[in-house]
Amino acid sequence: MAIGKYMVIASRDPFESRDVDQLYDLAAGIVREGNEVTVFLVQNGVLPARFGARSEGLTKLSARGVKVLADEFSLRERAIGGDQLVSGVTPSPLDVIVDHLAAGGKALWH
Amino acid sequence: MATTITFALMDPPYESARSTTAFRLIDIAARRGYNVNVFAYEGAVATPFAQQKAHPNAVHGRDAAQENHPLPKDWVAALMQAAAQNGGKLDWVNCGLCVDERGVAEVIEGVRRGTPGDLWRMASESQGTLIIGTR
Amino acid sequence: MKVLQVIQSAYRATLEEQDDTIVWITHAMKGAGADLEVLLRGSAVNYAVLGQDASGLSFGSWRQSEPPKIAEDVAALIKKGVGVFVVEEDVAERGLGNARLVDGIQRLPRAGIPALMDRSDQVWMW
Repeated sequence: MAIGKYMVIASRDPFESRDVDQLYDLAAGIVREGNEVTVFLVQNGVLPARFGARSEGLTKLSARGVKVLADEFSLRERAIGGDQLVSGVTPSPLDVIVDHLAAGGKALWH
Repeated sequence: MATTITFALMDPPYESARSTTAFRLIDIAARRGYNVNVFAYEGAVATPFAQQKAHPNAVHGRDAAQENHPLPKDWVAALMQAAAQNGGKLDWVNCGLCVDERGVAEVIEGVRRGTPGDLWRMASESQGTLIIGTR
Repeated sequence: MKVLQVIQSAYRATLEEQDDTIVWITHAMKGAGADLEVLLRGSAVNYAVLGQDASGLSFGSWRQSEPPKIAEDVAALIKKGVGVFVVEEDVAERGLGNARLVDGIQRLPRAGIPALMDRSDQVWMW
């Protein structure tokens, strides 16, 4: 069976929405099923990516085989510099979401 | 075969960062010459409403011209133009019943009225679909 | 094409709309020939509970004669052949472990969600 490719777009932060932790767990679960998963942080979803924030969820995600990207614009808008990011989170342009859709991948907005 | 992607939007204008992110995504696709479908559902049908008006902003100390207040209807028009210039098309469909209950039938040129069947058809003809719901 | 509709926003403007708008659009697309499954997660699992009653609202002289009947709308989806699932843990966390749910609804553990997503071509998370 072909490997499924998923883009999980996280626009909420765990300070406002308890559901974010479940979203991270879902992303890890999709990987466990043998799929490729990218979690793309956007809007307030980037807030836990700042070093010193409550970012254990993101760090664990990366360790569980999920690629974690953060929207460059959302980071800049919130004054989160590249040197302030927790390990495992990589700044990215939004283009990767369009790439993913154009390639026929599944995309989930949260 | 041309690349086609579909978005479903639900947020009314001026209420959520989700709208801006959606426009950024549509802009990327339009610049690539992709065909882009948008199904505006519920509050999102007010996005291309023709009667949106820019205003001055005394708090910012700017008159209307200086403020250049963003109007989502202008963003839609600009993206339709960008898509066409790059060889693609932005097909914006407003859910008709959602338009009626909100009284926002007066929309900019190029926006058309449709039904949930249009969302299904557009998604079926696309490489990918992204639903951006509301809260 | 098969699509999994994930419904997680609960009771958003349901009185004004006389329904849940995502349950409604699922009905409408099914009528247009769509192949769909539905996953109720988060607080939307409450849509499957029998006994919901939103009747009786009035504002001044205006009375709502046709309130939403969301459990009936969910049941009607199942009758049309749409598979409808609820997340077991979300049901239990809301004290609904022993509640009577709509006939035909399928309980799914949270760990089973990825496999449910895998069997659809697209996942629409509303």
